[in-house]
Amino acid sequence: MDYEVVIGLEVHTELSTKTKIFCGCTTEFGGEPNTHVCEICSGMPGTLPVVNKSVIEYAIRTGLATNCKITQYNKFDRKNYFYPDLPKAYQVSQLYLPICQNGFVEINASEGGKKKVRIHEIHMEEDAGKLVHDDFEDCTLVDYNRCGVPLLEIVSEPDMSSADEVIDYLEKLKAILQYIGVSDCKMQEGSLRADVNLSVRKKGANEYGTRTEMKNINSFKAIKRAIEGETERQIDLLESGEKVVQETRRWDDSKGESYAMRSKEDAQDYKYFPEPDIPPIEISDEKIEQIKNALPELPEKKKQRYMEEMNLPEYDTGIITNSIHLVRLFERTAEICGNPKDAANWIMGELMKMLNDTQTLPEDMKFNQDSLGKIIVMLNENKISRNTAKKVFEKVFSEDVEPEKYVKENNLEVMTDTGAIKGIIEKVVADNPKSVEEYKSGKEKAIQFLIGQSMRALKGQAPAQEVTKILHEILD
Amino acid sequence: MQITKELVNYLEALGRIELTDEQRASSEKDLQDILSYIDTLNELDTSNVEPLSHSFPVTNVFREDEVRPSTDRELILENAPEKTDACFMVPKTVE
Ligand SMILES: [Zn+2]
Repeated sequence: MDYEVVIGLEVHTELSTKTKIFCGCTTEFGGEPNTHVCEICSGMPGTLPVVNKSVIEYAIRTGLATNCKITQYNKFDRKNYFYPDLPKAYQVSQLYLPICQNGFVEINASEGGKKKVRIHEIHMEEDAGKLVHDDFEDCTLVDYNRCGVPLLEIVSEPDMSSADEVIDYLEKLKAILQYIGVSDCKMQEGSLRADVNLSVRKKGANEYGTRTEMKNINSFKAIKRAIEGETERQIDLLESGEKVVQETRRWDDSKGESYAMRSKEDAQDYKYFPEPDIPPIEISDEKIEQIKNALPELPEKKKQRYMEEMNLPEYDTGIITNSIHLVRLFERTAEICGNPKDAANWIMGELMKMLNDTQTLPEDMKFNQDSLGKIIVMLNENKISRNTAKKVFEKVFSEDVEPEKYVKENNLEVMTDTGAIKGIIEKVVADNPKSVEEYKSGKEKAIQFLIGQSMRALKGQAPAQEVTKILHEILD
Repeated sequence: MQITKELVNYLEALGRIELTDEQRASSEKDLQDILSYIDTLNELDTSNVEPLSHSFPVTNVFREDEVRPSTDRELILENAPEKTDACFMVPKTVE
């Protein structure tokens, strides 16, 4: 029997505002435990939360960039639950009137072509604190530095049907969030995390199967494995005549399996009610229009433009436009060297290789954005050889050297002084009488050795063609 | 609404508190009394009235996104019944 998978995602993204959603504490990552905390975000009685204006703007920006309708009359609600990661015993969230509704993100369908993943809603809420379980002391330690950091929860409809579609959706969403500058989406710091709702059903069935929810998976690879693992588990259950139980499961990526969270942890009865401390928020047509007009060019548009105006291949533009950091480097490089094709080739070739080899993400590249363009200019003006250009770029990538200065200081420029080149080759010839002898006695191949030695002596700074020509002049 | 033993047990679990049998019995009665009293409000027909969540006609109270110093950690932790130098300490939340 053939099954199909039905997947919806709840994505939490931490906004990159300077301060928390209801107080002026910094949102900076890290810091000693409980040093980014005040009376408001630690939930002291008698304090009053005041909404960070930027959070509303970031939320509207996100909604517009994902084709949502903006809710013009907003309220916050209290989601009540007792767990020490929330000092107030409730999370301020939005249940009844989420700020964005009914949008979509376009992705590549597994079956080929494009498809729309509908966004059910996007709402604003506050992040919780961090719990560290101390086995030795048999207690739990609580750090509220992240508590009150603004979050958007982006809830999709169950429109995805494979792990690949989920990853593509997440990549598209991540690119959009980074383009519009609302989140840095660093998964390793928890600023993008996903809950996966998954069910299976027989192919062609109209009704959804019973779904399970897997919480807080925080890497693309883990998400892919979790989806594949859970799909298999549910199909196995159905095949053996059992039922899928609606439950929250935790994915253990190291073991490669999920397990049900105990019902106590899972007890969900949030008893939502309107947050009385925060007055309603009204968003005017003008405000929405103003934010809409200030939106930057979005990934899909940019991709089309690169393909049409710069004549770049679809695959390359897809990779580059998926990351705002690659886009910035690409655009700056193309601007400096005046040739988008060269810029794209260097990024797709040398840069990708180095990112892969060093397991570096584009957002973690540390070098000056002007450097690649400068290298390409030197290469195109024949000041350095292609080989040297690659070596300089490696040095730029690892140590952020200034390319022009580095080339000069290390004497890497191509030698243009024919007399000097000839001098060095003459010395090589004098030092290798045996090879010269062999060549002169008819062994054509011996000259290859002499070319190699000369190139080495010249540190690759003269064109091989020129070296060969000079060698022949000397020997023949 | 009818308050039952089961409901009291459920609220106990949700609230992470533990009651004695005596307290359970009195809670059942108290909660029933409270709800019955509140039920008198239902005698009024409110089908055409928008629910009110805020009693003052105020909207859009915002703060600029500017960092302010946080509070001294010592002060934040001062009232915590259990703490380390850096953290609040609570009973272990997972087994
Ligand atoms: Zn605070």
